[in-house]
Amino acid sequence: MTFHSFLVKYGEIGVKGKNRKLFEDALVKQIRRSLKSAEGEFEVYKEQGRIYVDCLTDYDYDEVVEHLQRVFGIVGFCPVMKSEAETPEQIAEDTIRFISQTYDTQDFTFKVETRRARKDFPVPSMEVNAYVGGRLLEAFPQLRVDVHHPQQMIYIEIRDQVYIYSKIIPGPGGMPVGSNGKAMLLLSGGIDSPVAGYMICKRGVKLDAVYFHAPPYTSEQAKEKVVDLARMVAKYSGPIDLHIVNFTDIQLYIYEKCPHDELTIIMRRYMMRIAEHFANEARAHALVTGESLGQVASQTIQSLVVTNEVCSLPVFRPLIGFDKQEIVDVAQRIGTFETSILPYEDCCTIFVAKHPVTKPNRNVIRKSELNLSEKINELVAEAIRTTEHIWAD
Amino acid sequence: MECYLDNSATTRVLPQVCELAAKVMTEDYGNPSSRHRKGLEASRYLKTAREQIAATLKVSEKEIFFTSGGTESANWALIGGALANRRAGKHIITTAVEHAAVLMPLQFLKEEGWEITFLPVDESGHISVQDLKQAVREDTTLVSVMMVNNELGTIEPVEEIGTWLKKEYPGVLFHVDAIQAYGKYRILPKRMGIDLLSVSGHKLHAPKGTGFLYIREKTKIRPYIYGGGQQQGMRSGTDNVPGAAALGLAAKEAYAHLDETAAHLQELKQQMVSGLQALPGVVVLSPLDETGAPHIVTAAFSQVRSEVLLHALEERNIYVSSGSACTSNKKLPVSGVIREIHLDKALEDSVLRFSFSRFTTQEEISYALKALQEILPFLRKYTRH
Repeated sequence: MTFHSFLVKYGEIGVKGKNRKLFEDALVKQIRRSLKSAEGEFEVYKEQGRIYVDCLTDYDYDEVVEHLQRVFGIVGFCPVMKSEAETPEQIAEDTIRFISQTYDTQDFTFKVETRRARKDFPVPSMEVNAYVGGRLLEAFPQLRVDVHHPQQMIYIEIRDQVYIYSKIIPGPGGMPVGSNGKAMLLLSGGIDSPVAGYMICKRGVKLDAVYFHAPPYTSEQAKEKVVDLARMVAKYSGPIDLHIVNFTDIQLYIYEKCPHDELTIIMRRYMMRIAEHFANEARAHALVTGESLGQVASQTIQSLVVTNEVCSLPVFRPLIGFDKQEIVDVAQRIGTFETSILPYEDCCTIFVAKHPVTKPNRNVIRKSELNLSEKINELVAEAIRTTEHIWAD
Repeated sequence: MECYLDNSATTRVLPQVCELAAKVMTEDYGNPSSRHRKGLEASRYLKTAREQIAATLKVSEKEIFFTSGGTESANWALIGGALANRRAGKHIITTAVEHAAVLMPLQFLKEEGWEITFLPVDESGHISVQDLKQAVREDTTLVSVMMVNNELGTIEPVEEIGTWLKKEYPGVLFHVDAIQAYGKYRILPKRMGIDLLSVSGHKLHAPKGTGFLYIREKTKIRPYIYGGGQQQGMRSGTDNVPGAAALGLAAKEAYAHLDETAAHLQELKQQMVSGLQALPGVVVLSPLDETGAPHIVTAAFSQVRSEVLLHALEERNIYVSSGSACTSNKKLPVSGVIREIHLDKALEDSVLRFSFSRFTTQEEISYALKALQEILPFLRKYTRH
């Protein structure tokens, strides 16, 4: 294997002052986690303000790249060749080998930049630059030097060993999961909520999730599908504690006691209340939903006001300004789309009225909810008590 | 109580069938193509299985070809039969209510230039032999009709069709999809004028991945899988010895108990149908007379979505099939026969199928009927407005 190591570049977290160490540690932890499922053994460590991934055994290059591309906080990473070179001649030979293996065609402009961290190395960096550059030009006739705007930088770092790297593979950006608290995602089987979860965990937030199951109106397959979606989001976010709430009795009770066109909005309010309960229990700082303004009756601005007022935690709605197609694009990119569109009924649609209220008035809704006062607390407590947990990893 | 009323989807493997397959897999695991003793031992299982199956149909063992199941058998019969007879003509006749295992290979043939005639059915799913007689042309080379409809249990008049074809159009191949019929009915291909007969193992207490195609001797048909020349060069691939042995034994068992099975299933059907008819808002769609198979009872439940009823029954460990799949957002196409019998639109999404095996008990039927009696009023109370 040519590359023994990867140098990880992280942008945003580098500028966070005193919190920097916290962020770096979170990133190291997330990289370790993501590589656990990759073949081979890896050592991830911080050194002089950088994070390195050393490959201790044989490994699958494409697999490692794919895993690192899912770790939030990584802006980019470079495959690194480690060389035992002791002289500029040996460094040049290894660099030639490195270039021929890194790039399919060698017809770009370049610049060599050497850093001599080991000051007992006898040749100064400028001379190494010039010598290696010259040898590269001899070895690859199509290469040209451009010290101002090179197409490719070639870095040589002389430390206890010599590190040679050049190509930067883009990472997903964002911030390492765990560096920014925790949130509770309301996960349905649809396209939007997994995307919302992805976007929030991209900002460093750890996720748990809650799903409302309504047997026999929703099937075991629908539940399986949500578990699958949680696993897909977990590839980015790390393990998710998925709460599966049996919501049937609450839904039927609302159906019995409240005006039919208010069913969905009142149902949403109870979902928020239950989600908030679990958020507090899990010490999460916020709720996350996949709502997008005006997409359906329960997502009009008036509806959001009415569902929002039942909880005191902030509710993050990262898709609020997205069009459906924009959401679909992200879902396709992160791989949840195909699963999301499997045609199983979800609990929001089973009793939906033909013409649900689109501009609910909070006083009217509160008044309707009074009809529930006899049994609703008991039903909510029962739903919470019987909630099933699935560890989505 | 577990109440499995979905035997037309699949059946439980018989314990003795399972034991036999396990013995073949762990002890007599040779490759029948091998020249040593182990190979010979294995090939004996194949021979026995062929003989067992041939005996149930009163045909020669050389006419039995093992496949991976009903779908492969039907694909082979139709595509292999059509290709081998393409010079004689490219017209095929079938019914509008066939299973996808027949419809999809015909769709393939249609794209390859064949012309397909689909015969319509009446409100109980029967085709008319008269329609078929009128549809046959000079260039017709293949007729394919299912014996028992998988959704309604309707029995099609295959014997009448087969004998007429043999008399009037002896060159036309007649394929029968007997996937729901084999093991429930005496099927005699020679007497019924059947050239090709598709059977699936897992519908009669053999494992999934087993099945056979009966091919009448001298039938013009192409091989389906090319390779090492197994099964007279018609269907290559290392023989599935445990599967074949299991299928042979299951077939033998099914036909050893045929008469008592028929009587038992008929009783169960009676019980189910009268129980259903006593419930308000239930319409039994399966034919009630002898033109309906005794192991399938399909009914529509007004104001109830079949998917929801299915899951509500599932909560009580009762397993059934829904007639068509549909979600609130997207209407999926209604299943073939439900569309073809022109059921009231309001009932299209309310169809359930109950299907029995010879191991189904009257207690199970009573349990299911009692559950329906409780569930239906509850579900009807909460409906979409």
